Amino acid sequence: MLAWTIYISFAGALLSALLPRSKPGLSRAFALSIALAGLGIAIAGYAAGFAEGRSILVDLPWIPSMGIHFQLAADGISRVLVLLTGIAAVAGVLFSWNVDLRTNQFFAFYFALIGGVYGVFLSADFFLLFVFYEIAIVPKYFLIAIWGSTRREYGAMKLALYSFVGSAMVLIVLLAAYSSAGSHSTALVDLAHAGLPVPMQMWCFPLVFIGFGILAGMWPFHTWAPTGHVAAPTAASMLLAGVVMKLGAYGCLRVGIGLFPHGLDPWGFTFLGLASWRDVFAVLAVIGIVYGALVALAQSDFKFVIGYSSVSHMGFVLLGLMALNQIGVTGAVLQMFSHGVIAGLLFAIVGRIVYDRTHTRQFADLETMHLARRLPFAAWAFVVAGVASMGMPGFSGFIAELQVLIGAWQVAPWWTIAAGIGIMVGVAYTWRALQRAFFTDRIPTAQELETEEHHKLAPITWPEIAGVILLGASTLIVGIYPRILLAQIEPAVKALLAGGVQ
Amino acid sequence: MNYYDLFRATLPETVLECAALLVLIIDLAALRNAALKTRATVAAILGVIGCGVALWAASIAPSFSAGHDLLLAAGGSAGVAQCGVLVLTALTLLLLIDTEFTRNPGEYVAVALMSATGGLFISAAQDLLVIFIGLELLSLGLYILTAFAKKSGRSAEAAIKYYLFGGMSAAFLLFGFSYLYGLSESTWLPRVVLGTYFSAARGGWPLLAIALIAIAVGLGFKVAAVPFHLWAPDTYEGAPAPAAAFIASVSKVASFALLISISYVAMHWAESLYAAGYLGPGYVTIKSYPPGTPVPRVTPGIVTAWPFIVMVLSVASMVVGNLAALAQISVRRLLAYSAIAHAGYVLLGLAFFSRTNVSAEAVLFYILTYGLTTIGAFGVVGVVERTSGSDKLDAFLGLHKRNPALAAVLLVLFLSLAGIPPLAGFWAKFNLFSAVLGRSYSFPISSPPTVPLVLVALAIAFSAVSLYYYLQVLKRAYVMPATDESPIRVHPLTMVVIIAIGIAVLVLGVFPGLLQNWIASFYPGF
Repeated sequence: MLAWTIYISFAGALLSALLPRSKPGLSRAFALSIALAGLGIAIAGYAAGFAEGRSILVDLPWIPSMGIHFQLAADGISRVLVLLTGIAAVAGVLFSWNVDLRTNQFFAFYFALIGGVYGVFLSADFFLLFVFYEIAIVPKYFLIAIWGSTRREYGAMKLALYSFVGSAMVLIVLLAAYSSAGSHSTALVDLAHAGLPVPMQMWCFPLVFIGFGILAGMWPFHTWAPTGHVAAPTAASMLLAGVVMKLGAYGCLRVGIGLFPHGLDPWGFTFLGLASWRDVFAVLAVIGIVYGALVALAQSDFKFVIGYSSVSHMGFVLLGLMALNQIGVTGAVLQMFSHGVIAGLLFAIVGRIVYDRTHTRQFADLETMHLARRLPFAAWAFVVAGVASMGMPGFSGFIAELQVLIGAWQVAPWWTIAAGIGIMVGVAYTWRALQRAFFTDRIPTAQELETEEHHKLAPITWPEIAGVILLGASTLIVGIYPRILLAQIEPAVKALLAGGVQ
Repeated sequence: MNYYDLFRATLPETVLECAALLVLIIDLAALRNAALKTRATVAAILGVIGCGVALWAASIAPSFSAGHDLLLAAGGSAGVAQCGVLVLTALTLLLLIDTEFTRNPGEYVAVALMSATGGLFISAAQDLLVIFIGLELLSLGLYILTAFAKKSGRSAEAAIKYYLFGGMSAAFLLFGFSYLYGLSESTWLPRVVLGTYFSAARGGWPLLAIALIAIAVGLGFKVAAVPFHLWAPDTYEGAPAPAAAFIASVSKVASFALLISISYVAMHWAESLYAAGYLGPGYVTIKSYPPGTPVPRVTPGIVTAWPFIVMVLSVASMVVGNLAALAQISVRRLLAYSAIAHAGYVLLGLAFFSRTNVSAEAVLFYILTYGLTTIGAFGVVGVVERTSGSDKLDAFLGLHKRNPALAAVLLVLFLSLAGIPPLAGFWAKFNLFSAVLGRSYSFPISSPPTVPLVLVALAIAFSAVSLYYYLQVLKRAYVMPATDESPIRVHPLTMVVIIAIGIAVLVLGVFPGLLQNWIASFYPGF
């Protein structure tokens, strides 16, 4: 059933392109129904998954002469991420309710991207996964370049080229693995059992990990992320941070760790204190956490703060993966969900609720606007999203980052200590953004009150409220009752680690 | 092979020649006073019908068994390439209908058909003389087609440049062939390959190397491989759009089919010996009888040098083509450099050629889909050019508003050229590169198996670079604001052709098995 999320999204993209350009309302209603249908299927598939474990959804011979199958499968990890995609897709449509320029095309590209994302999370065949992964690149470019803001063409091109370079690295590995496995199949299971030689795994693993890691915002290949997020229209930056960065992390997990487990083995020598690729990438992840947080602390543009915070939070995902133990990887998957929801909410508030009304994202300008008084809804929503992002208990981020830190501690305590510094800086930059954007100390003068009276900001609309509730509720539910996701993630991670390490 | 067999074997070529003459006669006699549009339409339709009949003639061609005097091959890559040449020729002729560059559409169609005849010959040729005559027939037609826009100075300039380069490279080719003949005492390809081993064993190796390099110059010119590519940008830019499409597709398909034949003959031979243990990587052991005791001697031959030459051309083409394309502001020149880059990828497949059909099929898939895509791209460029009078990048501004269907096709075609799934170009690349890597041993170059892998990695890296320049065009079409928003009108038939090509590229990308199975059906026993 989950396979229908893919078909519905691509059909939605095609039909959106054919809808009349002059009726944006129709496009919006259509887009919302498609996104809701996708979410409905994702929830139903998730609910059904408690009993199922890993299940094959579709398996059709696609290109018989090469042994390539159109094979979709779902395990707990896939289902969680499909659920996240469904939530992000609905929220993205709600927060792009005010897109009036070429609305039909906007949603056509939007659903082409969503379809590709669903496809990656459900693919059980490396080739198919790669196809969906590349399908997701092109719509991103157009979404940002056409509907974006600050330096949009630069940001879009940078994002497209970074993604394409990353996928080129993955393609090299795909070709190499396919030709040396000799199993005449590109199914992930077959490739994992092909017994690829260890020296080959040793070079394939870093190549594929960096290739996917580029999209996951791995330091130092993260620089597309802040510029891309800032340039993107609200819905696209929500998707970028919410699900597209998860594509990269998912690829690192499913393909990198799943296919090339011996790539993580020790090299047999030490170089600058690093003894394996695992150490290398863990160090990069930790640097990403601390560096992203520190840079976020110094930004004067509200959206750049969130952009760099994404780099920092994605560092936790990569660190969790490199912990390579049950709790660390589980935490990484949970963090993918958690960050997807929270970053989506933050970008929605900054990009849609605030920027579309104030037309500025500079703290210096926002400080003079007394937004806490004029947009109380935005202020309180940001308080909720901010504390969730900081890792406050009760929200999903807390349990996810805690698991990652425990997992990392079991391997190397200093990873946890360094990452802990990142969390503290995280509190600082969130607090700073909150204070400067909404709760300034300055008391409005009588004259300012009068101008504000005359230039009332547009009232909050129902799609915004609905979107905030959807995302806020998701992080809260998972934060209060994490078993709802962990019950499916844990067995899947266990199986993956067992299959990968054997 | 007796004359009747020869007639049966050359039936498609004969049909094309007759169609060419028929087009000329009808255009000159019956339609002398008709409007230009009518004449163009009739000529193009007749040409397409001619291609159709030739296609039928090709499908009923007898499969004669291999003899020692075989001039033309049937089936296999020859059959696929001939069908490809005919279909692509028909498509480029259809693009003629909506153009105004010439007042002599009949002559244009006749020359195009004759040129395509040359393409049919070299696709199937197994003999040095047939190869040379076929190539000349093809090339002479192309020079004329390039110069066909008589009012355009650029067209004349492009043609003279093309002609001078072409003449010189033909001289090189003939020079190389004459050496080969002298070394092997035969013009029949398999015997040439065998003969070169014996003559190399007798000390003819330097001559053989010179011959192969001279041949590489001649054929490298045809496929626009660096460093023999200098004609391509000017010709692509100056030639009338249908002629440019013809050069970029039909001529490429035929020339690569010829390269497949050469590689196939050389490899088949050598690899079967290798598999039987007579051969080290790239070398053959010759034992001389009598007089005296047999003296095993390690001898280099065609398989030693040819793949290496092709590999050098391939790498140079990938690098230069992709980097030069980054700087172009004319879309036609951009397509020319991208064609050079694509030639580089295909040459990689030819350098690491497999004895089984895997490589041949992958290369054929690549050039057929590439030819199709290029024709569509030139169709779109031609339409835009007619409206705005320029093929510069900025002529494409706001295309999505001026003609959404045209812009959508452009999107599909250029993304396919960049190798984005699920379009035909991606599958072609995947197929080709996996054929390069899929060979079980490092042969014919005695190199570690990492060489193909490194070169494939290079090719993939450069195809990542290529996305930048393809996006430059698409960015104009979709993203940047339009300077002129008047709708672009397209002749319905041209539109149908362009959209059909766009759909074909999409369908072949999603279901590559369709074309793959069709290609495989030409190979008996596979």
